[in-house]
Amino acid sequence: MDLLSMSTVNWSRAQFALTAGYHWVFVPLTIGLAFIMAIMETVYVKTGDVKWKNVTRFWQKIFGINFAIGIATGLIMEFQFGTNWSNYSWFVGDIFGAPLAIEGILAFFMEATFISIMFFGWNRVGPRMHLASTWLVFAGVTLSAFWILVANAWMQYPVGMEFNPETVRNEMVDFRAVVLSPVACNKFLHAVFSCWSVSAGFVAGVSSWYLLKKRHEEFALKSIRLSALTGLVAFVMLAVTGDGSAYEVSQKQPMKLAAMEGLYEGKEGAGLVAVGMLNPAKRAYNDGVDPFIFKLEIPKLLSFLGYRNLNAFVPGIKDLVDGGYTLRDGSAALSFDEKKARGKIAIQALADYQTAVKEGRDTDAANHETILEENYAYFGYGYLDTEKELIPNVPLTFYSFRLMVIIGCYSILLFAILLYFACRKEVRNRKWLQYVTLWSIPLPIIAGQLGWLVAEMGRQPWTIQDILPIQVATSAVSSGNIIATFILFTLLFTGMLAAEATILVKQIRKGPDPLSGEKA
Amino acid sequence: MITYDFLLKYWWFVMSLLGGILVFLLFVQGGQSMLNSLAKKEDEKKLLINALGRKWEYTFTTLVTFGGAFFASFPLFYSTSFGGAYWAWMILLFCFVLQTISYEYQSKPGNIFGPKTYRAFLFINGVLGTFLVGVVVASFFTGSEFTVAKGNITGLGVTGTTISRWQNPLHGLELLASARNLCLGFAILFLTRTMACLFFVNRLDHEALEKRSRKFTLYNGVAFVIFFLLFLIRTLLSEGYAVNPDTKLVYMEKMKYLHNFIDMPLIPVFFVSGVLAVLYGIFGTTFKPGFRKGIWFAGAGTVVTVTMLLLVAGYNNTAYYPSSADLQSSLTLQNSSSSHYTLSAMAVVSLLIPFVLAYIFYAWRALEKKRLSPDDLESDGHAY
Repeated sequence: MDLLSMSTVNWSRAQFALTAGYHWVFVPLTIGLAFIMAIMETVYVKTGDVKWKNVTRFWQKIFGINFAIGIATGLIMEFQFGTNWSNYSWFVGDIFGAPLAIEGILAFFMEATFISIMFFGWNRVGPRMHLASTWLVFAGVTLSAFWILVANAWMQYPVGMEFNPETVRNEMVDFRAVVLSPVACNKFLHAVFSCWSVSAGFVAGVSSWYLLKKRHEEFALKSIRLSALTGLVAFVMLAVTGDGSAYEVSQKQPMKLAAMEGLYEGKEGAGLVAVGMLNPAKRAYNDGVDPFIFKLEIPKLLSFLGYRNLNAFVPGIKDLVDGGYTLRDGSAALSFDEKKARGKIAIQALADYQTAVKEGRDTDAANHETILEENYAYFGYGYLDTEKELIPNVPLTFYSFRLMVIIGCYSILLFAILLYFACRKEVRNRKWLQYVTLWSIPLPIIAGQLGWLVAEMGRQPWTIQDILPIQVATSAVSSGNIIATFILFTLLFTGMLAAEATILVKQIRKGPDPLSGEKA
Repeated sequence: MITYDFLLKYWWFVMSLLGGILVFLLFVQGGQSMLNSLAKKEDEKKLLINALGRKWEYTFTTLVTFGGAFFASFPLFYSTSFGGAYWAWMILLFCFVLQTISYEYQSKPGNIFGPKTYRAFLFINGVLGTFLVGVVVASFFTGSEFTVAKGNITGLGVTGTTISRWQNPLHGLELLASARNLCLGFAILFLTRTMACLFFVNRLDHEALEKRSRKFTLYNGVAFVIFFLLFLIRTLLSEGYAVNPDTKLVYMEKMKYLHNFIDMPLIPVFFVSGVLAVLYGIFGTTFKPGFRKGIWFAGAGTVVTVTMLLLVAGYNNTAYYPSSADLQSSLTLQNSSSSHYTLSAMAVVSLLIPFVLAYIFYAWRALEKKRLSPDDLESDGHAY
């Protein structure tokens, strides 16, 4: 691979990371706020208490300001699969395109249609229809998350497909396996609870600010009660689904798990590193240097979390490169070199198959197809040169994972305390808690970003696990073009973020509008 | 048993229909391109913005769904066109991204860029967005400079691993050098402006704006008809990209698209009906003072006409995304589509589309029981 094309790969990755990173700043708040707004409006319709309507309408305004940028970044993400990853689009488009299309047909139209009623329909439709519209907006945004996460999960754990050498692509053979894969289901729940956590943190933090300023106190207390409960449920469920995610990773992406744990040498009864500092002197997976300057380990926990067995063997980076350890089915794990050799056999078999078909040598074509099938599981390894390419960025993955978990644990504690005082109606008198809640607003957003860093950086070098490495997935567009669009989108998204931030701050300072019959 | 050939045609029809609906809904963009010319005062601009702002998400969602459905049904088009005509698509997307925040943010307190900036964004989206859609769609008839070699993925050849390669370094900007592409670009721009005028006549409870909209309908309608006829006549008389059904080889055929019209007689019937409906919408609105239903005639006519035009591009052994650089790289329904299984699964999902249309219709009616006046902007509780 020449320098020019490597530059194309890296800039394409940067552009996608930029778009996805911005997308995940706005979208979680949208999805989470949709849920909180729907609960608030339900209380309003059930009780007829106009103050709940006021609360709902305020958060609806915030939702509207935030919603637009999520759409903008989402549009760019969808089309970037084609513009920057054209080989990918053909190679797996038969499977990957379907969730995207279904997302458009089923989810986006539901969002777009019922958002109009939610915003403009307060005086044009009845209260129950309006409430139904708000819930349908929530259903739409959640459904949208489901389909895109099905697509993402499939990249991490490609199931329900077969490679067709005639069309040179992977083709779907089991839709149910794609949609209901354990990775997809777990990822969806984890991501949605992450969205709830972001909105809960945001609503609680903003409401705390009102309490500190002694403004709109009744509004703020109502919002805090609901957001504290939502936040606690969300973070507890994040821990549960996070455990599910780690389990799936250990089964399907052991290299990612090893990077998350900084585990170079595998062992039985492996402990989980609770706190640790990686050794920057470690340059290679096999240089014998201790990977940690220090670490605090919880004994056997990694084996238990990864394999539900306290004494299970967890392979490290070195084991995954060198192979030789015993897999769960009793066979010996292949080394990188062996996988690479089989990948090269698969690629050569594909080329030979095509030549044979072109020349009308049917028997030869059938033989090459058999060889390809036997080695296809390692197809992507045939494109890799050295074992170094197989190892993700360990420090980035390791620290991102730890920081995310720390924020999660801290947030469970914070929301439990907040809910405790909210139930005792004592939040108003706890200034320290109001300050802590206010300054904790960014933490769930940061945790979400870190989670995606772990998921996406940890799976490098693969766009499709074991099948398609990143350098084979890109478009034939020179890096100069991509740098230009990268700069363009950086300016655009940053400008949008600045615009949103200032409008949000102004709107929050202004506070909820008083309704007729209610004191401001 | 539903055959693969049927599914290919079914999905090309769905894509054509989505394309038709998208062009109709681009009336939002057409309206955005006239904010400064049609409205003379600030309150008139506000009314136009709020009328369009209640519909922009439908256009945007249709665009996204169009992209997703193309990806799912014809992934080789997705990879070849988007990965090749990079700049044409990127500029188009950029225009649409500008739109997303422009409605919501322009009148909000704390808006750091000021309303004029957002209105400029809406204008750019309105003019450039619609024009580029026309240019790109025209390339379905005029061809683009790309090659496709699926065997490249093995990396054993001399051209690297990329399957689809654009042969022009301008990556899509060269499409602007074709007069026929430009004609369809301008035709779509003026069509969307015409439909926006018809929409305003139908939706606004504002005498001065209604009067001006009727006048603008004629100006834009005439410009649309001229550019559309130029494109259509030239296309019907030009060589087209035909596919030999036996050998699957692509070759140039004189007046291929005219032959397609003749070979599929139902298509010209619908096509002409669509065109007549558009013309009736335009001239009825222009010359009959109380006539407000022009948008429905022109809208339905647009959907039908564009759908038929795209069917002509893909049906009857035609390469729907032709390569002028290498004829045999041209994309046909057969060589660029998803598998039988995927198209079948997606066909089941597509059965839900009538349900989606039904709730869109319900929501549209619920919000549009009466025409929009300046007084409604405050009472509805959410104004742009």
